[in-house]
Amino acid sequence: MGDAAAIEVHGLVKRFGDVCALDGVDLTAHQGQVLGLLGPNGAGKTTLVRVLATLLKADAGTASVLGLDVQRDAAALRERIGLAGQYAAVDENLTGLENLTMVGRLYGMTRSAAKTRGQELLERFDLADAAGRPTKTYSGGMRRRLDLAAALVAKPPVLFLDEPTTGLDPRSRLSLWGVIEALVAEGTTALLTTQYLDEADRLADAIAVIDHGRVIAKGTSDELKDRLGGERLEVRLDEGVDPQVALAALASMSDERPSAEEGVVKLNVRERSGAIVEAVRRLSEAGVGVDDLALRRPTLDDVFLALTGHAAEQDAAEEQERESAREQERVA
Amino acid sequence: MRRLVTDTLIIAERNLIRLPRAPELLIGFTIQPIMFVLLFRYVFGGAIRTPGYSYVDFLIPGIIVQNTAFGGFATALGLNEDVSKGLIDRFRSLPMSRAAVLGGRTLSDVATNTLSITILLVTGVIIGFSFHTSLLEAAAGIGLLLLFGYAFSWFLAFIGLLVSSPESVNSVGFISVFPLTFISSAFVPVASMPDGLRQFAEINPFTIIVDAMRHLWLGAPAGNSVWGAVVWSLVIVAVFAPLAVARYRKAAGS
Repeated sequence: MGDAAAIEVHGLVKRFGDVCALDGVDLTAHQGQVLGLLGPNGAGKTTLVRVLATLLKADAGTASVLGLDVQRDAAALRERIGLAGQYAAVDENLTGLENLTMVGRLYGMTRSAAKTRGQELLERFDLADAAGRPTKTYSGGMRRRLDLAAALVAKPPVLFLDEPTTGLDPRSRLSLWGVIEALVAEGTTALLTTQYLDEADRLADAIAVIDHGRVIAKGTSDELKDRLGGERLEVRLDEGVDPQVALAALASMSDERPSAEEGVVKLNVRERSGAIVEAVRRLSEAGVGVDDLALRRPTLDDVFLALTGHAAEQDAAEEQERESAREQERVA
Repeated sequence: MRRLVTDTLIIAERNLIRLPRAPELLIGFTIQPIMFVLLFRYVFGGAIRTPGYSYVDFLIPGIIVQNTAFGGFATALGLNEDVSKGLIDRFRSLPMSRAAVLGGRTLSDVATNTLSITILLVTGVIIGFSFHTSLLEAAAGIGLLLLFGYAFSWFLAFIGLLVSSPESVNSVGFISVFPLTFISSAFVPVASMPDGLRQFAEINPFTIIVDAMRHLWLGAPAGNSVWGAVVWSLVIVAVFAPLAVARYRKAAGS
């Protein structure tokens, strides 16, 4: 069963008036896997989650979760999925425990079983102290944890997490990541949508990049980063320094030709470790004065620059060169 | 079917638990009706002629009908909030009965209406209202009020799902309910109204329901108004329950 598809999506289309929110999406998530769906606002992530969670009917294509069709078998499917999202859908005027007990009973549990399960989850998510307080007194992070707990009441084998950390402060974000990691370690399959590469990087086994309702790239986080050309080193030169000297000194650190604009030299480095020390050594040997120097991890913006229209606008020859350089790297 | 009943009760219970924690809504059910009764009785009452009845006897059945119509605002505001806060998505992703979210809402209105009817009746009795009929007829009147209130909750459920914000729930609700209740026999005898208004008031369902209440509580001549009131209530449910359910599916689906 380890390799069986938990989520399968083929040619899914959803239109809202003139807007095509999903434009032929194909996706597969295996059981026990976290599939990260990465994309900007309005890319179609939430629409896809809503179709899979049986909240929305697609206009064309098929989608099944655990072998159950999201439309035909919607009622049976709802017993097996949990949904948590960016809106933290909990009743503000109910306490944490009342919220979870209500959800448990709506799953068909008895009042006492639902209450026991609720207490268990509150304990686990570090909310036991706030169990008796109306959730309008909770912080944003607490609400998200409660929302996630509500999705877990019936121990569903498949979870949909729609931007679970958007708008959270860094500490709450880390704590929520920990919770999600623990769940996945127990074998839960999850579809996680996010705008953040670091989140997908940390949590997802496989990533699909989605834009304008289409999946434009799939792969592991490493594979996607390869397509970006690794990490980017940015060097701001002292005034009056000839950028050509700096370019020459740094050129062999990268597979691509470095660029120099307005006193800033940029290059994609092959190896992250030691890159800064190496660059400083080379520049200092070449006698180049440096004002500032930083190594930047690829961001979602970079993914998009690399994956969307911008790449097509670039010189085809340059693209070719990049491809062959990558080939060489693989051979080596 | 069993699922519909249990889920409806769970949702109704949820609505009632949260009620005391949203004090502004509770004030709407308790203090506000008392204020209106006192204003009408003592400010307008002296200037309004109600042949055959003291104004307080005339007023109480009318104002209770109006107040029961407003009871459905809890449903309208609550559903509107559930949609905007994403709770409807949570409910729709659960293996629960789809009709229970609306059914539980309108059912909890019956409980809050019972509370506000009691408060208004006690207030009424304190300022001089008395039943002129048997206990059975008085109880039948309360039953009719609850039926009508339940029906009207479906109308307001539809409004709550139709508009985008709690503010518009209030304005659309007030704009539709206030004229309907005032251009009726609730506060003044219909005969005192000018042409046009009077004809409207005569066919207004609120007039029929208020007349039915005056028959059951004061022994006023009823005509067909008691049956008319029951039929109107059923018609309102038959029209607005499917509209609200359709709207619920759509609001939650987009």
